[in-house]
Amino acid sequence: MAAIEVKYQEPEIDFTLIDKIIRDEYGGNKENLIMMMQAIQKQYRYLPYSALKYLSDFIGIPFTKIYEIATFYASFCLEPKGKHIVAICTGTACHLKGGGQMVEHLCQRMGIQPGKTTPDMKLTIETVNCLGACAVAPVVVIDEKYNPEADLSLLNDFIDRLKAE
Amino acid sequence: MTESINTIPFSRMFKPKELEGYRKNLLSKNDPDSPKILICCGPGCQPSGSIEVAEEIKKAVIEAGWNGKVIPQVKMTGCHGLCSKGPLVTIEPEGIFYQKVKPKDVPEIVEKTLLNGELIKRLEYKNPATKQTHSHTKDIPFYGRQTRLVLKNIGHIDPFDINDAIMRGAYSGLAKALSEMMPGQIINEIKASGLRGRGGAGFSTGVKWESCASYPGTRYIICNADEGDPGAFMDRALLEGDPHSVLEGMALAALAIGSERGYLYVRLEYPLAVKTLTQGIRQAEELGLLGKNIMGTGFNFELSISRGAGAFVCGESSALMSSLEGKVGRPRPKYIRSVEKGFQDSPSNLNNVETYANIADIILNGGKWYKDFGTEESAGTKVFSLTGNIYNIGLVEVPMGVSLREMVYEIGGGIPKKREFKAVQTGGPSGGCIPKQFLDIPVAFGSLAKVGSIMGSGGMIVLDEDSCMVEIARYFTHFLVEESCGQCTPCREGLIRMLEILNRITKGEGQDGDIDTLEELGHFMTDFSLCGLGTSAGNPVLSTIKYFREEYEVHIQNKKCPAGVCKPLFNYSIDANECTGCGKCRLRCPVNAITGEKKKPHTMDRDLCIKCQECYKNCDFRAIMII
Repeated sequence: MAAIEVKYQEPEIDFTLIDKIIRDEYGGNKENLIMMMQAIQKQYRYLPYSALKYLSDFIGIPFTKIYEIATFYASFCLEPKGKHIVAICTGTACHLKGGGQMVEHLCQRMGIQPGKTTPDMKLTIETVNCLGACAVAPVVVIDEKYNPEADLSLLNDFIDRLKAE
Repeated sequence: MTESINTIPFSRMFKPKELEGYRKNLLSKNDPDSPKILICCGPGCQPSGSIEVAEEIKKAVIEAGWNGKVIPQVKMTGCHGLCSKGPLVTIEPEGIFYQKVKPKDVPEIVEKTLLNGELIKRLEYKNPATKQTHSHTKDIPFYGRQTRLVLKNIGHIDPFDINDAIMRGAYSGLAKALSEMMPGQIINEIKASGLRGRGGAGFSTGVKWESCASYPGTRYIICNADEGDPGAFMDRALLEGDPHSVLEGMALAALAIGSERGYLYVRLEYPLAVKTLTQGIRQAEELGLLGKNIMGTGFNFELSISRGAGAFVCGESSALMSSLEGKVGRPRPKYIRSVEKGFQDSPSNLNNVETYANIADIILNGGKWYKDFGTEESAGTKVFSLTGNIYNIGLVEVPMGVSLREMVYEIGGGIPKKREFKAVQTGGPSGGCIPKQFLDIPVAFGSLAKVGSIMGSGGMIVLDEDSCMVEIARYFTHFLVEESCGQCTPCREGLIRMLEILNRITKGEGQDGDIDTLEELGHFMTDFSLCGLGTSAGNPVLSTIKYFREEYEVHIQNKKCPAGVCKPLFNYSIDANECTGCGKCRLRCPVNAITGEKKKPHTMDRDLCIKCQECYKNCDFRAIMII
């Protein structure tokens, strides 16, 4: 994201819930900032702008610092994710066995880059640096389900199902 | 894995020697030689469906008629090791080993093996070299050649049940140290063992502890469980399979150094490890083995788990500590030692998961016992995750000093599909590729460094003739570009320039002088980067140039990729003399580029071919040629 601007229709933010995360779960302690952000992301599947703004005011950390953390760590996402998430492992073992090709194939067929979401918000494509399941490489995780020894036909079948939805 | 039902109530211990009584009580109620079915639910077997197998076995065991026989216990355990053959099921006490077990095999296993003692041939391990099958774990060379110290409990215990771990000796080391050792004695024992950090750098653990203990202030014990090297899953398997070995090691470090507070920094991608650790800490606290007033001795050690947020650089100690403080993880210069000013600017001792897992046994058996394993400069054993183009993929623990050849051919079972061995990649993105001529070097800290790689945390990836070394270098460089924290210029800019050149070479746009520029950039980064990751970031490129220079040259001069990986630099063709017309490639081709009649040599339309490798990888007759 080049500039901080709210490009998306934000979901309704439940600030009492954010209060609960900050205060009750993590004691309002600045040291726990990353975990607070993880909890917020878990709730909304991304980091909504107003939730981060609220967090910044609440614990007294400048918004720029929070934005720095959100962009530094790969797991944080400032854009809403699609309904389905396909994560393709690009660890060394998966790469050797065709993981990279699968990323290329899926991105080409869906017309988006890795890390991005289709305009209809149906699918987000992610790459993971290693899931530690190297024995069954290449691994593709579709909506949190591991698919061992995946191949292009698995992705093609998934795309067919997606299009039929 | 599901949280197991605990039948024996926890009772808090008030003296270190009560642990032994508790353990004996457990053993009296749980005969270790009673029949058990152990289902591997480790990182390799779970995606292959081991949970479904376990559920099926549980159901079948309840339903079977045992006619007075002892009903076997069903346990979901951590990694059994031979991940590529998962889901794995072991039947104790006989030690029967079944591989690739499917839920539909379960009724037969119960009926034949458990009730009637018959073996099921089709589920046995097949030795790729001798074609023999082996029915028992002890007969499989993959296991027979290992020395399992760190992995001794993994695969035997339910990681969610502390009693299982205690029955196999967990926390005995801590009890011993609390009752009869002074902090200095613990440190001396660790120093005597010759244990070196298992995270990659190989610094003496005892010396680090001693140094940390010498600084005043609130001291912290930190466990680096941010296993970020792609292709490495040792720490994951340890944390998910035997969390108490790590927790006990951390408690011993705290006792030795004089700390009351510990943190485990666990990689984001390992949610199951967070579960086993959380449950482990809770159970240990209930028993008085962790937390306040441990075993009634007045020693306090509180542990908490912090989850990473997906940054490879946080595996570097100072970056990890900064991340623990809730900041971005950027390494800082090494002249400020973290043993003096680390987490919260206080003395902090950081070790890797495997390092901590070694501690309790050293305390129990003495430093000398440990030093007898391995080599003079690299004592003990090391856990490796053996992956890539190899027959037996899995978790391996060997004494330091075994040769690479033994790792690849005897434990690993060699290269499948009649391919030739090309190189071993060790040390992840900070390491390098070791070619064939060094297959006989011993695996130890010094010897791997001498050939331009590093031991690293234990990832060992075997590459066969179908791997392009330029592409491997490009892959690691791309990884590092994404993961560089960006604070120092040599690493940030050097990597991007390197990647640009490598991208060009793999696209067929390589130029004269590219190799020299890559070398210059690599050496510059080694000399002038700020942290350990930056100084080693040139290794993948430098080591592949050193040993596979001609491959770079062919890419640049002849615009060819001999391994058939860089798409613009090769074409496929079908060898009419070899092709039997079996039709396998024709059916697998996603773009219908292959045509031909059955039992007659096929032909390929190069304009349609997208070089997806489906035909090449699946041809049983090696009739697909790279030209």
